[in-house]
Amino acid sequence: MSDPASPGSDTFGPDLAEVFGPAQSDGGPDLVQLLTPEGERVHHPEFDHDFSAEELRGLYRDMVLTRRIDVEATALQRHGELGIWAQLLGQEAAQIGAGRALRPQDYVFPTYREHGVAYCRGVDPLRLLGLFRGVDQGGWDPAENNFGLYTIVIGAQTLHATGYAMGMQRDGVVGTGDPERDAAVIAHFGDGASSQGDVNEAFIFAASYNAPVVFFCQNNQWAISEPIERQTRIPLYQRALGFGFPGIRVDGNDVLATYAVTKAALQRAREGNGPSFVEAYTYRMGAHTTTDDPTRYRLNDELEHWKLKDPIERLKVYLRRNGLVDQEFFDDLDAEAKELGHHLREGCKALPDPQPLDQFGYVFSEMTEEIAAQRDGFAAYLASFEGAH
Amino acid sequence: MTAKITLAKGLNMGLRKAMEDDDKVLLMGEDVGKLGGVFRITDGLQKDFGEDRVIDSPLAESGIVGTAVGMALRGYRPVVEIQFDGFVYPAYDQIVCQVAKYTYRSQGKVKMPIVIRIPFGGGIGAVEHHSESPEAQFAHTPGLKVVACSNPVDGYWMIQQAIAHDDPVIFLEPKRQYHADKAELDESATPEPLFSSRVVRTGSDATVLAYGPTVKTALKCAEAAESEGRSLEVIDLRTLSPLDMAPVYESVRRTGRCVVTHEAHVNLGMGAELAARVTEECFYSLEAPVLRVGAFDTPYPPSRIEEEYLPDLDRVLDAVDRTFAY
Repeated sequence: MSDPASPGSDTFGPDLAEVFGPAQSDGGPDLVQLLTPEGERVHHPEFDHDFSAEELRGLYRDMVLTRRIDVEATALQRHGELGIWAQLLGQEAAQIGAGRALRPQDYVFPTYREHGVAYCRGVDPLRLLGLFRGVDQGGWDPAENNFGLYTIVIGAQTLHATGYAMGMQRDGVVGTGDPERDAAVIAHFGDGASSQGDVNEAFIFAASYNAPVVFFCQNNQWAISEPIERQTRIPLYQRALGFGFPGIRVDGNDVLATYAVTKAALQRAREGNGPSFVEAYTYRMGAHTTTDDPTRYRLNDELEHWKLKDPIERLKVYLRRNGLVDQEFFDDLDAEAKELGHHLREGCKALPDPQPLDQFGYVFSEMTEEIAAQRDGFAAYLASFEGAH
Repeated sequence: MTAKITLAKGLNMGLRKAMEDDDKVLLMGEDVGKLGGVFRITDGLQKDFGEDRVIDSPLAESGIVGTAVGMALRGYRPVVEIQFDGFVYPAYDQIVCQVAKYTYRSQGKVKMPIVIRIPFGGGIGAVEHHSESPEAQFAHTPGLKVVACSNPVDGYWMIQQAIAHDDPVIFLEPKRQYHADKAELDESATPEPLFSSRVVRTGSDATVLAYGPTVKTALKCAEAAESEGRSLEVIDLRTLSPLDMAPVYESVRRTGRCVVTHEAHVNLGMGAELAARVTEECFYSLEAPVLRVGAFDTPYPPSRIEEEYLPDLDRVLDAVDRTFAY
């Protein structure tokens, strides 16, 4: 039996190894990068952006605060305040780069790990905790920040994103040439989701209708315990061509490159040029969730290798080396992060528990008589215990 | 103005009216555009409303329903056609996990005004997967409303009411009836509420509950019983979730006997729920247990023997006879 991870040549068609790269190649030659892991600014002929010092400091701040949200939430889970938490450690650049490339009129369909994107959209991170604490199933109004509810079923939201984008087409907010009006959708998902039928159907619908949607895949190399090679034999971005739209692989630990590539992809969609696929090549440095134990399935060497590519460190090096920050900047940011941590710790514990009768609400736009009868019956049952010892 | 129309025509006219009344209404499905649907329910609509509003979709049911969710989030009212009952299962996850739960998940902030039309039931001599009755799968799912029309006039009104409704509706159409009978439609009439059952024949000796394709069977059964001196009351349930039980309880308290008939499998079918509720509410009025007449708990058979599988007049009459044997 041949090694499934390395497609070989045969007489049927071209040599796949020559046409496609291997699924996992530490980026590969097509990787778009603007900031190396060592913090060196490099340029790309197609995707680049002239970042101002303020923009760079802003992106750094966003990543630091996003990591703080993740660290605090992880600690809250350890202290029993959250039932579970889906960690994003290591994916800050991918999320901030994508999140900051959006315009207010764009719409985001997240997975359950897009805490950094939620932060960019102005969703109070405290509201993200409700789902993981078990007090609600998504406490924010999607219409308020054009940020959809977290979707637990892997890949399901990519179809919602495509349908939403088809709605935008019908609303005449695509390709008008008015930058304040033209809008696009970004669909977040991961490498594991790329195997789902829904994601593949979303690709087909989006291509067929030329829908203004950017499929943004954070390839963090692991779907719980399954490595990327279990999902694909070729780099994910190369799949896009088979569906009829371009695919780009960007260094997902490089916030500058992720921002530039996503911005271009969104602009392309807003202008009416259809869908595209962005594979943000990154690494899940933490566990899948707080209930997972990655030491059972992956080597520490791999983690150490990726730690050298940390998304925050490389920008810090660049900012320092170029004299774009002073100590006051770091002190202020540290204070801001501490404040955010305090907000999350105190706010989390103060989140009100839903009451027993709350479960009957919102099944439908108006409560049916059937459900009202069940609620009333349960209320009477609960009342029968009042005063009992 | 009145006209004699088939169920297919009633649905077509109802869809047209809904699209005229609200430009947010979109139709989507396989072959619904140029062809007008394999049953011609959407005939002529793409021609009149354009390709942006009557959308021929790729052949992917999960894609059809999943993109409808996105369109609903954008403020549209998608009406999607699942070509045949047995093809709904690829979309089952989107229906159960997304369509049914979005309003609850968002604590009422998001509405899902989606209609999923499904031609259902057998009796058309079709191959496998074209004759199924999956209603219990959806009625069992909180967050979905499930209705079944049985006649041309209801088809016209109910499809419009379902589209105007703010919750997702699984809309079941008895495909055997599409082109079978004609009825007089008065477009100026006021329809009954969507989620209401209706007594379609009054009687005093036993109550027969039916919906969709079995309403016709039950009515024939009542005619036959009358010639034998038995008076059967027939109720067209019309809504399967939520159930409208008040007319049922009122009827059974009078008649003391109840038979439920549907084309779906008996085991854990709608009949089981109806029997349980009737027993809970009408216990002291019942002269006999509630009996169920439905499909056997076997897959839908090859079509040459489907008439032996589907509940027909004789099997329903046999059940009525048995309720009198207690």
